[in-house]
Amino acid sequence: MPALCRDCLTTFEAGTRCPRCRSPRVTSHPELFDLTIAHMDCDAFYASVEKRDNPELRDKPVIIGGGKRGVVSTACYIARIKGVKSAMPMFQALKLCPEAVIVRPRMEAYVAASREVRALMDELTPVVEPLSLDEAFMDLSGTARLHHAPPAVMLARLVKRMRDELGLTGSIGLSHNKFLAKVASDLDKPRGFSVIGKAETVEFLRHKPVRLIWGIGPAAQESLAAAGIRSFNDLHRWDKADLTARFGGMGERLWHLARGEDARRISAHTPVKSISNETTFFEDTSDPDILDGHIWRLAEQVSARAKARDRAGRVVMLKLKRADHKILSRRLSLRQPTQLADTIYRTARALLDELGDRGPYRLLGVGLSEITTDRDADREGDLLDPDAGRRAKAEAAADRIRDKFGKDAILKGRALR
Amino acid sequence: MKFSIERGALLKAVAQAQSVVERRNTIPILANVLIEASGDSVQFRATDLDIEVVDKAPAMVERAGATTVAAVMLNEIVRKLPDGALVTLTENGQTGRLSIDAGRSNFSLATLPKEDFPVMASSEYAANFSAPAPVLRRLFDKSKFAISTEETRYYLNGVYMHVADGEGGKVLRCVATDGHRLARIDAPLPEGAEKMAGVIVPRKTVGELRKLLEDDEAKIAVSVSETKVRFATPGITLTSKVIDGTFPDYTRVIPTGNTRKLEVDASEFAKAVDRVSTVSSERSRAVKLSLDEDRLVLSVNSPDSGAAEEELAVAYSDERLEIGFNAKYLLEIASQVDRENAVFLFNSSGDPTLMREGNDTSAVYVVMPMRV
Repeated sequence: MPALCRDCLTTFEAGTRCPRCRSPRVTSHPELFDLTIAHMDCDAFYASVEKRDNPELRDKPVIIGGGKRGVVSTACYIARIKGVKSAMPMFQALKLCPEAVIVRPRMEAYVAASREVRALMDELTPVVEPLSLDEAFMDLSGTARLHHAPPAVMLARLVKRMRDELGLTGSIGLSHNKFLAKVASDLDKPRGFSVIGKAETVEFLRHKPVRLIWGIGPAAQESLAAAGIRSFNDLHRWDKADLTARFGGMGERLWHLARGEDARRISAHTPVKSISNETTFFEDTSDPDILDGHIWRLAEQVSARAKARDRAGRVVMLKLKRADHKILSRRLSLRQPTQLADTIYRTARALLDELGDRGPYRLLGVGLSEITTDRDADREGDLLDPDAGRRAKAEAAADRIRDKFGKDAILKGRALR
Repeated sequence: MKFSIERGALLKAVAQAQSVVERRNTIPILANVLIEASGDSVQFRATDLDIEVVDKAPAMVERAGATTVAAVMLNEIVRKLPDGALVTLTENGQTGRLSIDAGRSNFSLATLPKEDFPVMASSEYAANFSAPAPVLRRLFDKSKFAISTEETRYYLNGVYMHVADGEGGKVLRCVATDGHRLARIDAPLPEGAEKMAGVIVPRKTVGELRKLLEDDEAKIAVSVSETKVRFATPGITLTSKVIDGTFPDYTRVIPTGNTRKLEVDASEFAKAVDRVSTVSSERSRAVKLSLDEDRLVLSVNSPDSGAAEEELAVAYSDERLEIGFNAKYLLEIASQVDRENAVFLFNSSGDPTLMREGNDTSAVYVVMPMRV
């Protein structure tokens, strides 16, 4: 059976240890060198970036998230051992793991790290489809001749380089379609490398619960359970026609997934529809200065993400959740697409001023939509705002400083509010 | 109420009225035109609450009276009647209908009570003056293209009409800008206008006003208060609220130190800009101007669709310069030039550019470059 050492990248025929470096980190599978569809998922990405950038945190449980009332965005593996999970309310996480160090998210650092990881993936194949900052699909079909190595070897090299060069770890799922590749990457985290071959696909899925399917959340699970479907085995027994009759378009997809079939292609050009960030406040506020500070910080985060992807948006959005949980949202079309934090901030701030509502608010969000390439962005100046050009130049200069010296190297006073 | 009127006179009056009426209305009476017959004339009054137009036409009034009917429908009916027809409008006050008779055609329209029709409150006008129609036509025609449609900067949604210090003393000046381009047009100050407060005349009013200015011989009576402006010919009175806001200080926007001078035939220039911008696929349609000794090269390079280039012989003797503009803005300002060459004054590729006609400083345009 073909086998691969993930430490020294030696390939060999079977065995539990590498014949060359004696490492036990060996992956072997009959189809190992034939499969080409991969999913890479960084391990506790935000927390790993924090631990990398601040070695003092290395052996401590780290939770990324905002404030007492926020939710856990990412927990490191030490915190996960205590039961802390993503999306868990912060107070609950702290009950489970009182000694955890809470770190406020530094989106720009994660965007920068994500770009570095992406650059390594781009060396493997032109067909990379990012799902978020920390995970992506890759189609390595036909790349073996180019790299003089099968996809499995290149993927093992990718995670090795991520660890050696970027100080980040990731898990790989390798299979014959997107659905299974994503399932596989989750089997052996962290630092995993899992393979689901064609031959064992149906057997592998048989006793798995249907919640394994991406997009089957609690509501869908409930409606499937009402039809007696809990596992893939249950699903397998249904006719295609009956499934479609009962669940519509999803039914047909489920029928195929039950057989481990997923015809979706990996697309490098999935259009981004909007870029937005939001924050839940430590305590409800209607103080315009505090709201202003949040708008600026969020505008910077949105701008950083747009710049990282060479994108710009023509519409600026502002979202506020009042203390009574009522959501107010406002949007404004700009004359030209923008990716400038300054423009996003000024527009969102004008939307807040025109809101005609006194709050208090518990959450604020800022976003861009009608996303286009940045080619047309911010090309025209404003006669009536002659300082805008200078502010844009200042922002570009500040971006270069941050690229060189880190995200906190330079801040606007406004960000301290 | 009963009166008879010649179809042409009726159409002219009703057409003016119905264009003020908003097409989508939540208040039914605002879709109507108020018809008032008395003496030997009939008045047609329409409003959208911001603009009111009153059009007077001679008629044979048999019985004085007033009523209101749907303006758009009345206009459609009159438009379709044969030329030269005599139209009789009758309302007897009991049926709630207005009947319109012309030859063998008979129409009966629903009416609404005249008491419900909102009449714009009269205003104390601080300045009253008279200006020839061609003067006002030039002021507004040459500036209106630059009016902004941006709602956040509502104070740019009109033409700023005010008294200013021009080259040879006080002038009547119209300025419009949307932040990308600006037009500043001057005319000799009419007698009586000195005391006028600067007002921002809304875009829609500018459009309606245009219809009063067709006649070269006409004198337009202009009245201005802080909240309203009125333009009147003997037949038509157009009253409008002005935009309640402060027009920005445009004087600091107009460059004074631009020294690099380009002189070019405006229509040749406009045609060339139009041709090269055809290949531009972007919404912004950027055109690059490359200037060298008496030579101008216009080029568009669109990564998705292709490239285009055209050379023009021009008068230019300054240093080499490359500068980009939105093609639409260049076409608009070039089309304002009608007598002499267009003169462009540049500074750098990032600074506002000034354009005027020959050496005439009574019409000046500023356009912001774009990154190419």
